[in-house]
This record gives sequence, structure tokens and C-alpha cells, in this order.
Amino acid sequence: MGLRNFLDKLKKKVEPGSKFHFLYATFEALDTFLYVPNKVTTRGAHIRDAVDLKRVMTAVIIALIPPLLFGIWNIGYQHFHALGMHTSLWQNFGYGLIKFLPIMIVSYLAGGIVEVIFAQINHEEVSEGYLVTGLLIPMVIPVETPLWMVALAAIFATLFGKEVFGGTGYNIFNPALLARAFLFFAYPRWMSGDRVWIADLPDGVSGATPLAQLSQATSVEQLHAVHTHFSVADMFFGFIPGSIGETSTLAIIIGALILIYTGVGSWKVIVSAFLGGAFMGWLLNIFATPTNPYMAVPFWEHWLLGGFAFGMVYMATDPVSSAHTELGKWIYGFLAGLMAILIRVLNPAYPEGVMLAILLMNMFAPLIDYLVVNGHIKKRLKRAELLNGRNL
Amino acid sequence: MPGIIKLKRGLDINLKGKPQKKITELPLAETYALKPADYKFVTPKVQARVGDRVKAGDVLFFDKYRPEIVFTSPVSGEVIEIRRGQRRRILEYVVKADKEIEYQMFSAGSVSQLEEKQIIDTLVKSGLWAGIIQRPYGIIADPGHKPKAVHISTFDSAPLAPDYQFVFRDDLEDFQLGVDILAKISGAKVFLNLDGRIEDNIFDNVKNVEITRFIGKHPAGNVGIQIHHLTPVMKGEVVWTVSAQDIVFIGRLFRTGKYDLTRIIALAGSEVKDPHYYKLIVGTNIQPIIADQLSQDNVRIISGNVLTGSKVDKKGYLGRYDNMITVIPEGDYYEFMAWAGLGLKKYSTSRTFFSWLFPKKEWVIDTNMHGSVRPFVVTGRMDQVLPMDILPEYLLKAILANDIDRMEALGIYEIVEEDMALCEFVCVSKIEIQEIVRQGLQAMIKEMS
Repeated sequence: MGLRNFLDKLKKKVEPGSKFHFLYATFEALDTFLYVPNKVTTRGAHIRDAVDLKRVMTAVIIALIPPLLFGIWNIGYQHFHALGMHTSLWQNFGYGLIKFLPIMIVSYLAGGIVEVIFAQINHEEVSEGYLVTGLLIPMVIPVETPLWMVALAAIFATLFGKEVFGGTGYNIFNPALLARAFLFFAYPRWMSGDRVWIADLPDGVSGATPLAQLSQATSVEQLHAVHTHFSVADMFFGFIPGSIGETSTLAIIIGALILIYTGVGSWKVIVSAFLGGAFMGWLLNIFATPTNPYMAVPFWEHWLLGGFAFGMVYMATDPVSSAHTELGKWIYGFLAGLMAILIRVLNPAYPEGVMLAILLMNMFAPLIDYLVVNGHIKKRLKRAELLNGRNL
Repeated sequence: MPGIIKLKRGLDINLKGKPQKKITELPLAETYALKPADYKFVTPKVQARVGDRVKAGDVLFFDKYRPEIVFTSPVSGEVIEIRRGQRRRILEYVVKADKEIEYQMFSAGSVSQLEEKQIIDTLVKSGLWAGIIQRPYGIIADPGHKPKAVHISTFDSAPLAPDYQFVFRDDLEDFQLGVDILAKISGAKVFLNLDGRIEDNIFDNVKNVEITRFIGKHPAGNVGIQIHHLTPVMKGEVVWTVSAQDIVFIGRLFRTGKYDLTRIIALAGSEVKDPHYYKLIVGTNIQPIIADQLSQDNVRIISGNVLTGSKVDKKGYLGRYDNMITVIPEGDYYEFMAWAGLGLKKYSTSRTFFSWLFPKKEWVIDTNMHGSVRPFVVTGRMDQVLPMDILPEYLLKAILANDIDRMEALGIYEIVEEDMALCEFVCVSKIEIQEIVRQGLQAMIKEMS
């Protein structure tokens, strides 16, 4: 095999002590990307499951494809729609691709370089975690985000989201979400408002997201007026402005099914998050007043709007930063959904609460697990005493 | 009415090369060996030196820290080599066998006549005490201590494992004798744990025991799992476990007065031409067994099963406790973009591969790692293959952090390496979990001594 021979030759050139050793991590990443290594078991189990972290990350990427494709199309659709033009599927998609590809490439390059540098310094292999993070970042930001900002966010995510904690597997927060939070607080003008969601928005046309419009409503009439712009079906299918990957609930459901089916994403987190969101939405409905009509928005619209579905499916389920115990996942997911709607509706400063809710729960996940594990320990002791009493 | 315990979690890996039910009786091999590594946490101290003549049952070496625990030769002959490895660690203690075995005679007799102390004395002196393993830690039990219970598993659920119904069908008399002896010297209840999936079990009529049927996938046959569901080991408690084979050895010793480790093992695996059973003596050189049985050359030969056995070379020896030899292909090849394919030909418990479409298929699995080592990413997959009330990931992290209190609370007393072998099999990050468990057990022993 020609390629294999070439890689083997290359490998000798980057081995410790050679001139190009500083490229070892880069080479290793490329090598294991192309070939699953010839490494065999030495002790312990002689056979191993064929699955590895690369495969798991690949499954996440595949699950991201439906909202990704829709998001690219929607960039074009929203742009031409704002101009009042009717365009074909391929025109929309083509335009979207031109806008999206640079963002994605910058995200992968900037974060990837940081990742490789750290792998080289720490004498570790490059982790495939960034394959997912690098794609998530472009999907959770507005299309108009400047490229240098994307690069900054990607570097921040890798550096402060992962490497300062010790790399993949040790991070507390979801790196992609941390990147978004960084942009949100550092450059709020570019992350919210009416002008950033639609590519090359012509002057005089409002590009506000339905969520922003709902939150600004001061009367029930205004609330209903939002629905003349965007029907519930629009919200479900995703024909609305918003961050690139978040708008289509349908596409996200398809992705969620892939995650749940392959077992890569926890269905417990997803289901409990939606329940938590619904519970909070319902609770707010009870206290809704005519002067604060936003509280009257029904929970299913909360599910469909903003980043709720996307966040709960792709980011809350991150196996590293979510709760690890099974009971913990239920609690973690429920609270994430609940907090997302709570922050969204009651916090006047930001129209969206999903990002902050998930980051908050990321922080509390270890505490939840700690309590669940302590409960488990007590239960274990009781069980052992009971069994020994019965059988001996 | 025997109790029935159903276990939902676990995994049966359906491998190719199951042993056919026929037995080849092998003549005496040229050499036999004891491997100190088979005896967990034992530091060997040499007694018989190279050139010494020994009978079957004579001491070859003993444990430096518990000199009463001795390890005896399975055959008579001449000690020809004490093979050492790194840091002069003894790897193999090789005995060249006589044409006919000369046995050291031990005091036999019926259970009712012999005194408890006499029995223990005989077991220890003959070296058969090494068959009595204690929980916690899975080390050879302390002859001076009494356990709270004795557990015997009468089936092996590991991939390709021998069928005990077939192996022990002619040994039931010795088995009963061995059970009676254990009941006497332990002063505790003896639990006999049966495979609940078998209707007419040959162990059904064993007396003097409490029978429980276990229904479930591997590791349902592991005695550690069974103890966990009957008499969990708590701090300060000790449970004895004896393999079905060692029960037979013990019964035989007291019937004949001989240290006779003749047993039936299985030769299995996809790279074996005619997988079936062999009658031989423990510690045998495996060369005559595998000589014309390998279907190709690039193979991994395992003394034991694919999950917990140890790698041996073609001239190696059968391990003391191993009930089978498995031969599978080596996996030392590169595979182009293997993480991206559909994965129809790859065995995985994860649905990221489509191989789950063939649930009945017999798989050929090689020794490839299928990826490189990564940091611990908790996926919850380990819980699915450990039918115990234990959080494997938290226990492992406690071990890595060397947190003794936490290990204790999370169940270190209840597990040994083999119980978590499937966790290692499914681990996405390719972490050597059995090695971590071993480190944990070692840390606990150090802490408690």
C-alpha cells in the first residue's frame, strides 16, 4: 500500500530526536485519522470492542449533519427572503455555503492549531474532541460574526475550555458553549440584536429573531403579532432567523434520534431537559400578566424557539461536562431545561437563556453526581446488610 | 426450593471456534512449569533448586511473606530451569517430567474421621490450599482464618468457555467429597451456584450446600458476581471461593492421598483447526496440544479465556487456574479510515457500527486495540456489562486517585480483575481497567497490612 509506506517513512522523520520532531503530534493526528493503528492488546482483555473515541465523535458529527445542512440552506433563504426575492433550494444552499464555509474553516484551523500545539507540548496524542467542538462553534453563532472573532472564540474554547483543565475529558464546561459565552460578553453587539442573524441584511428590514420579538412585546396583541410573521410551523421547520444551526427543530430531532440510537447522547438528559423546560414554561404561564405577556408564551413554543432544542440535544448531552450518574442525568437535564426558560423569560438583559443555563448546570454537574454517589454508597451498605442477614 | 437470580446486565460475546464435545487424552508432556505470576500478590521464594529431584506434591517454592503457603510440583522429575525475567523476577519454574509419575503420599481418609486441623494441614502441605481463594482481593486464603461463607461457581460464562456439564460428568463423587471437606474446615455455609439456563444440571444432586441458580449473560458465571448477589463482602469480612475444578482436586486428594492435578481443559478459538477438549495435567507445556492445531502462524495464544487469560508463546505452559487455551488472530495491522466505515464486519456493543444487525453471527475477533488510549470519557457503557450494585467509573476513579476510603465505600472488597474484564472490553478510551483494579487491590492490601 503506497500511502501506508509513505506514512511509515514520514513517521521515522518525526520520531524523538529527529529534526522534525516538533511536528510529531501533527503527524500522529494525521496518521491515526487515516489509519486505525496496528496496536495490539498486551495484557488484560485480549479482544476489544471496535468502538473508539474517534468513532463516537464521528457519530456526533453525523448527528450534526441534518441541522448543519438546514442551517446552510437557511442562511441563503433568510438573506433572499429579506431582499424579497424567491430563490431555488440550490441558490439558497449555494449562498449559505459561501457564507458558512469560511466560518467553519477558520474555526477548525484556529482551534485545531492550539490543540496540536498542546498535544506536542504534553507529549500526548491529538484528541478528536475538537472535531465536534470545531463544528459546534460555527453552528451556535450568528452568520454575521466576523471571522477574526470566530478564530478568537475557537482559540478561547480550546485554551480555556479544555487545555487549562488538562485537556479532553477533564473540562468542566462544554468548550463550544464557553466560546459562545466569551463572544457574547466580549462583543455583545455582534451576538445579539436585530442586525446579526441574517447575512447582508438590507437597511430598513428587521432581522430580529422571533424570540427577541416575543421578549420585547409589551402587550398580548404584540405577542400575537409575532405570529403573523412566524407561524408555529415556521418555528418547527426552522424558517426563522437565528444562530446558524439552531433554527430547525425538525432537523435537530433527526439528529437527536441518531444520538440516542447510537447511544452516544443520553436520552435521559434530552428528555428531562425538555420536561424541565415545559415545567418552567407552564409555571410561568400561571403567573403571566397582561403587562408581562412574555410569560404567557406556551412551553411548546419555547421548545421550538432559540437555541433550546439545539442546546439540550447537542450541548447538554456532552458526556464530559454533563452529569455522569444515571440519576444525576435526570436531575441535571431537568434543571438545565428549567433554568433555560427561567433565564430566557425573567431576565430582561438577554433574550436567550439556554447558553447560560447549560453552563450553569455544567458547573453543578459534579455536585449533583457527588450527592447521587453518596446516596448510592448508603444504599449499597443497606443492601449488603439485608442480603447477608437473609442468606447467612 | 433453590433460589433463582436473574441478571439483566452483561454480555455474551459469540466467538467462533467453540470446543466440540470430545476428549483427547494426552500422554505426559516433556516439561511442566509453575508460573508464580498465576498466584496473585505472591512473592516466590525458591525451595527446590535446579538439579533437585521432586515428587508430585513436593514443594518448589513458597510465599516469602506467608511461608506456610507452598507451591508444589504437579509431576515428579527434575527441576531443570528457574527462568527469570526483568529484575530477576521468577517467570517459570520448569520441571522435566519422569516417564511415570511418582506421588508424594498425603494422609487420605473420610471426612468424618479426619479432624479439621488435620485436613487443613494436608491441604496446606500438598499445595492444594492454593485453590482456596478469598474475597476480598482474590488472593490465596489465610489457613488460620474462618470465612463467613464459601462460594463455588459451577459454570463458566466467559467466551468459548468449557462446558462444566461435560467436563465434570465423571467427577461428581470427588466433587461431593471436596464440598464436604470445605464445609467442615470453613465452618460456614457452602453456596453452590448453578447455571439457571441448564435444565438437568449434573450439580443438582450435590448435598451439604445451598443451591442458587443464576440466569444471565457473562459475567453471571463469575463467582464474584454471585457472591455480590448472595452474601456481599463488607469491610473486615472474608468469603472463600473455590473453583469447581479445585473442589474435585481436593476430593481426589482425600480419596487417593495423591496430589493429582489431572484435569480436562478446552482448546478453542477461531484459529484452532479442531477445537475440542484435552485431558492433561496442570502446568503442562502446551506445545503438544497446539502442535498441529493452528490454522495459521500469526496468532495470539492465551492460557485462559480471551477476557482474562494470559498471553503465552507456543512453547509456553498452561496456567495453574486456567480451564482453557484460546487461540485468536493477532491484530497487528493498519486499517484505512476504519472509524468511518459502516462497520458491518466489526464486532461492537455500540450501535455506531452496524454489526448489531447480525445477532446470531459467530465472530472472529483479533487482538487489535481498535484505537488508541484516551482520557477517561464516561459513557455509561460499563454499567451495562457489570451486573453489580457498583458504579464502575467512580470506583475506577477512586482507585486512580488512590482514595482508600472511597474505594472501600464504592465496593473494592467485592471485585477482582475478572469481574471488570468486560468493562475493559467495552471501554471507548481503551483504558487497561483490569490493571487499574489490580493496582487498587494492591493498594488496599498494603493499607490493611
